[in-house]
Amino acid sequence: MLDSKIPAGKLEDKWTDYKGHCKLVNPANKRKLEVIVIGTGLAGASAAAALGEQGYQVKAFCFQDSPRRAHSIAAQGGINAAKNYQNDGDSVFRLFYDTIKGGDYRAREANVHRLAEVSVNIIDQCVAQGVPFAREYGGLLNNRSFGGVQVKRTFYAAGQTGQQLLIGAYQALERQVALGNVKMYNRHEMQDIVMIDGKARGIIARNLISGQLERFFGHAVVLASGGYGNVFYLSTNAMGSNVTAAWRAHKKGAHFANPCFTQIHPTCIPVSGDHQSKLTLMSESLRNDGRIWVPKKQNDTRKANDIPEEERDYYLERRYPAFGNLVPRDVASRAAKERCDAGYGVGTTKQAVYLDFKYNLINKYGKAEANKHGIQNPDTETLVRLGKEVVKEEYGNLFDMYEKITGENPYEVPMRIYPAVHYTMGGLWVDYDLMTSVKGMFCLGEANFSDHGANRLGASALMQGLADGYFVIPYTLGNYLADEISVKPIPTTDRAFVEAEAKVNERINRLMSIQGTQTVESFHKRLGKIMWEKCGMARNEQGLKEAIQEIRALREDFWKNVRIPGGIYEMNPELDKANRVADFLELGELMCMDALERNESCGGHFREESQTPDGEALRHDDQYMYVSAWKLNGENSWELEKEPLNYEVIKPTQRNYK
Amino acid sequence: MEHYNMNLTLKVWKQKNAETGGKFETYKVSNISSEMSFLEMFDVLNEQLIREGKEPIAFDHDCREGICGMCSMYINGRPHGPWHGTTTCQLHMRAFKDGDTIVVEPWRAKAFPVVKDLIVDRSAFDRIIQAGGYISVNTGNAQDGNAIPIPKENADKAFAAAACIGCGACVAACKNSSALLFLSAKVSHLALLPQGEAEKKDRALNMIAQMDKEGFGSCTNTGACEAVCPKEIEITNIARLNREYLTAGLASDTKKH
Repeated sequence: MLDSKIPAGKLEDKWTDYKGHCKLVNPANKRKLEVIVIGTGLAGASAAAALGEQGYQVKAFCFQDSPRRAHSIAAQGGINAAKNYQNDGDSVFRLFYDTIKGGDYRAREANVHRLAEVSVNIIDQCVAQGVPFAREYGGLLNNRSFGGVQVKRTFYAAGQTGQQLLIGAYQALERQVALGNVKMYNRHEMQDIVMIDGKARGIIARNLISGQLERFFGHAVVLASGGYGNVFYLSTNAMGSNVTAAWRAHKKGAHFANPCFTQIHPTCIPVSGDHQSKLTLMSESLRNDGRIWVPKKQNDTRKANDIPEEERDYYLERRYPAFGNLVPRDVASRAAKERCDAGYGVGTTKQAVYLDFKYNLINKYGKAEANKHGIQNPDTETLVRLGKEVVKEEYGNLFDMYEKITGENPYEVPMRIYPAVHYTMGGLWVDYDLMTSVKGMFCLGEANFSDHGANRLGASALMQGLADGYFVIPYTLGNYLADEISVKPIPTTDRAFVEAEAKVNERINRLMSIQGTQTVESFHKRLGKIMWEKCGMARNEQGLKEAIQEIRALREDFWKNVRIPGGIYEMNPELDKANRVADFLELGELMCMDALERNESCGGHFREESQTPDGEALRHDDQYMYVSAWKLNGENSWELEKEPLNYEVIKPTQRNYK
Repeated sequence: MEHYNMNLTLKVWKQKNAETGGKFETYKVSNISSEMSFLEMFDVLNEQLIREGKEPIAFDHDCREGICGMCSMYINGRPHGPWHGTTTCQLHMRAFKDGDTIVVEPWRAKAFPVVKDLIVDRSAFDRIIQAGGYISVNTGNAQDGNAIPIPKENADKAFAAAACIGCGACVAACKNSSALLFLSAKVSHLALLPQGEAEKKDRALNMIAQMDKEGFGSCTNTGACEAVCPKEIEITNIARLNREYLTAGLASDTKKH
């Protein structure tokens, strides 16, 4: 039975009480304890740095050539914190409430409240590290709005917030490397967890330059390996983002929770052809100032600027007057799909809607600047010129990126956008301590399932990654390691290490010996197509059942016909990729099973069988108020364990953004 | 914008590993869409090579949205190719026309040894950061984020310098393989903020000492780095670094810790 270990007491006191009573490890003992951290994104880099500062001996691993490359770097819009600097009614409670509601009441109250509490410390920490957040003329921090929220609580650095936060964490990490507290292993990929007496005690990693397998001991293992959106092939994730570390942990007994909860982001640059290798996000912050519309006429072939105002359907403002263009991501994505499916899509593929900045560029920024400069009765041209300067400062890099990719200038014509896979709320099941169902194995950031329920609000991924790494794991890991201080480092010649390495070796040899006719990429693309069509923005029983059969057949085909060039003991990116795609081929099946089992719609999980008369997601709290935690029993055979969700403070209701 | 397809000849550097020498190989690709990214064109070529039973070309890439700094191709004699302020992954094929020959090499610098084909080892940059590219603040020590107002102008300048993605194009473009633009961007980012003030002298001295140790050359003052930087990091950062370095050097009490 899964125990979430949520502390007793009032919701707002739980974390404070926990910190006051958790077990501690004294500084001398910390130096004797070794901790492995997998992944160096916001969660991993911040954890490795914070644990190094405390004196633990940390070994950190990333598959990229430097920890600074981790995919957190690509986050654009911002990071939430309940600072209430804007005096607009924000508070820890409100951030907690918005996150639970945004997640469609499928997240744990206690974890989310803790997240909201520590959000304020994150901003302070980052400022102290030199993260150059956007500031107002008075020198104080600036904020912007994000979806699903009616306050301005998002801190940002133009459209490069993730980069600036990650560089902050990376620098803190490199400082610990210089001090000898962290040993960094670049271009290393975790292949397996080593278990000794029922506890995680190390890993097998593959050196991606030499191809050699290497063994590492740790008193505990912390996974911060990110999300699994690349199971869809096309997503906004980096090319290398993968599920392998989490999946191998799952195979060693860690439950995988809510795998079907996937976030489809409403504003991405549409697919342009079969060559497409990834999709690019246009930050949610653009919905602050961009208005989304399609023509009122079906199959309208006119150019955007030729369609007069009265013939445009600002469908989000029409359907959701209270939140307008700032509804949560799942709602905005489904609304775009609905319009395109009904024949109102734009562009050559008709799988796109417009995101238009003209109105705010002129009326909001242009007029404000004109007032500031004392320009009386400015003409439109002046307003456009003045507004452009502000928009450039706020979003310039995003506009440039859009132009490079599409060849169109978004200052002149509206952007064409369409939803794309962006984030995975599901992940390894963890308790309040962020420990998985395997003792001594922890999981942080996007790789775990804990905080976002069935839908994540914008600017909350960065918040969770840094909360877990800087402010939660330093306490909860100590609580576990306090009982491990007498454990001497186990030599990696131990039988458990030898056996784990042999298994990894055997799998790699098996992959290399297939020598079939089809490329890894071609399998990945086929898997992505199945997932997108049948386990994507809308799901139904028949489609999911078909998808499971198709994935099984594809997996069999993969293990018979994949072709991997090159050798094992050399740098071989195709082998690295095959290793990851093999895991996606197993995960895909579990995602479909989970989606099939949850016969309700909630957040990003939309079951066509369960919707309100006006097409909104319809939850069934009487039947599905639980976390689905899947336990692997044998090869591709799973058992569902349910962790009931008890709402003590918030009363779940039908989400309403109207 | 008009879409078109093209046939191209590619001359690409192939090198098995750091120990062996390398040479150019010639490849043909056809029906490349003007809408593809440069790396998607390489994907097409690699798929073709694998199907033909040949070795694909190894290259570094990850985010493919111009921010992670992993991609690093020297295209027709210029790091990241012909477009200004653009990484290799954001370069699109509409920059080329049917019949073009494109020459692709790895970054060339003593401090960036080739690992395989177009992949180089840039861990020297990590070691330069380890030498002082940070503010020494432990987690949990911070005061309120708004306790020290920072003039917007300084914050904006710090941000502009902090936009560096650590790709190494500046080193690849420099005939002395100097890392000074990279280093100065970090020194500027931190020196422009009050939080970075306390350590600014040591930071400049120690990072420069590490840069020399890694085998990067000295600045040529020709500005080749600035011209190719995909994030348009300005060479004025080098002037700021020089000032920091000079004042730090004059204050003889500073030493490497």
